[in-house]
Amino acid sequence: MAIRGTEIKIQGLTHRYSSRTGVTFNRVDLVSPPGEALAIIGRSGCGKSTLLHILAGILKPTEGKVLLNGTAITAPSPRWVMMFQAPHLFPWMTVSQNVGVGLSFGRWSKEETEERVTEAIKLVELQDFAAANVQDLSGGQQQRVALARSLVMEPELLLLDEPFSALDAFTRSSLQKDVRSIAKRKGFNIVFVTHDIDEAVIMGDRAVIMAGSPGNIVHELDIDLPDPRDRHDTEVQALRTRLMATFQEAANYKKPESATLAA
Amino acid sequence: MNYAVTSAEEGGFCRLMKHRAVQSLGWAAGGIAILAILWLIGGYFIANNPTTKTFVKFGLVPTLEAFPELWGMGKIQNALAASGFRLGSGLLLAIVIGVPIGILMGRIKWFRDFTNSPFQFVRMISPLSWMPLAVLVFATWNGSIIFLIAIAAVWPVMFATAAGLAKVDPNWFKVARNLGAKPLHILTKVIMPAITFDVLSGIRLALGVAWIVLVPAEYLGVTSGLGYAIEDARETLSYNHLTAMVVTIGIVGYFLDSILVALIKRYSWHRGG
Repeated sequence: MAIRGTEIKIQGLTHRYSSRTGVTFNRVDLVSPPGEALAIIGRSGCGKSTLLHILAGILKPTEGKVLLNGTAITAPSPRWVMMFQAPHLFPWMTVSQNVGVGLSFGRWSKEETEERVTEAIKLVELQDFAAANVQDLSGGQQQRVALARSLVMEPELLLLDEPFSALDAFTRSSLQKDVRSIAKRKGFNIVFVTHDIDEAVIMGDRAVIMAGSPGNIVHELDIDLPDPRDRHDTEVQALRTRLMATFQEAANYKKPESATLAA
Repeated sequence: MNYAVTSAEEGGFCRLMKHRAVQSLGWAAGGIAILAILWLIGGYFIANNPTTKTFVKFGLVPTLEAFPELWGMGKIQNALAASGFRLGSGLLLAIVIGVPIGILMGRIKWFRDFTNSPFQFVRMISPLSWMPLAVLVFATWNGSIIFLIAIAAVWPVMFATAAGLAKVDPNWFKVARNLGAKPLHILTKVIMPAITFDVLSGIRLALGVAWIVLVPAEYLGVTSGLGYAIEDARETLSYNHLTAMVVTIGIVGYFLDSILVALIKRYSWHRGG
């Protein structure tokens, strides 16, 4: 399971839900190099989740485009897979069947499917539960199944929409570390949306801050820390404080020309 | 030594009796026994009342005696084959028509609004009231009976399918599409397994209705099937044959229903149900 990272290029991305509503965000430009873990943070309503849905091909932009190694993202694809806030597993399937469901939509032989599913289940450390009914698992285990279900596709880009926000602090922290270490080992890109500063510092290589209405990227901060990261490390704490300060600054941000652009 | 063996056997028996399946089987047998006793008592009164004495063959014992007789003549088998064919064809039609329309109703709002009133209206018409029309339209009696069964059975299947689909979590579609599912995959891998339970529950209801419609539909015209066998027995005054056929209808109906109960259990992913 060798996954290459990919360069993500967001060019002049604009989104509005309909002509009657205002613009969600306007002319967003962003480049993420291969293998980067990028955090998008911002308050609710700044359009960060919409941006992620466009990256997944679930929503279409009004203007602009997203390129993945030069290929435009216009529809969902196994190459870019999204993980949602809740696991949304299929309750009539076992853990293995849930993990392999994406492969069943493509042309994969039984052997290949089995091999990939076994490896993905191992990555999320659920070997002992492969044959279990997903309804018997805890919330954290279910989200691990959802992670394995995404990893089995060997995506170049994994998108995460506040995927651990519904979990308890302990489970959340262990999943954050696991996602980062798996992504680094396999080399794929991550883009994740969060309003949790800790999550951005633990999982990200870089954080961009979205603010304003219409939203845009107003700040960015490199999170240049060694792995593995722990929230109690002094370096992590220091960066957390810096990111928090930047975030506060962004909260007061008013884009001067925003009024004319929205019109 | 002897004593020890006996007590071990008793222990085994007690453990067996405590087993839940054995217990419920015991209760079921008790229920059937009460039904048989009531029948015996009824038969006794009929036999001892001079005004009803001619109907003595309605009793339990003559009825039980009629079974080997009818089986030997092949009457039970023939009636079951003819009725089974009509029931099966009617139900199959109801499923083939009801499930796709039910899926459309559950999936597309305007289609649901569009069809709801006419369907609810037609549903409330007693299936048997279509009989004269069916006889005019269909060339054969078989055709009209199958039509009557289908029109009786299609509604539970259709509405159960639509209701099942309305309960399906839309996030499942989002997840599936996100992993590269095409519309056909959504249908076969998400919708169908998600609603199999509801469709089977609808089929179970449909079977009940179809089984009820079948017998009176066979009272008219046809010369085969369970309804015909009952009508035939009445005309030839073989009352024990009549009751034997009635009991057969009960047994076979119960058996068919248990098959569906087992299927529903097998395909249900709902917890605690």
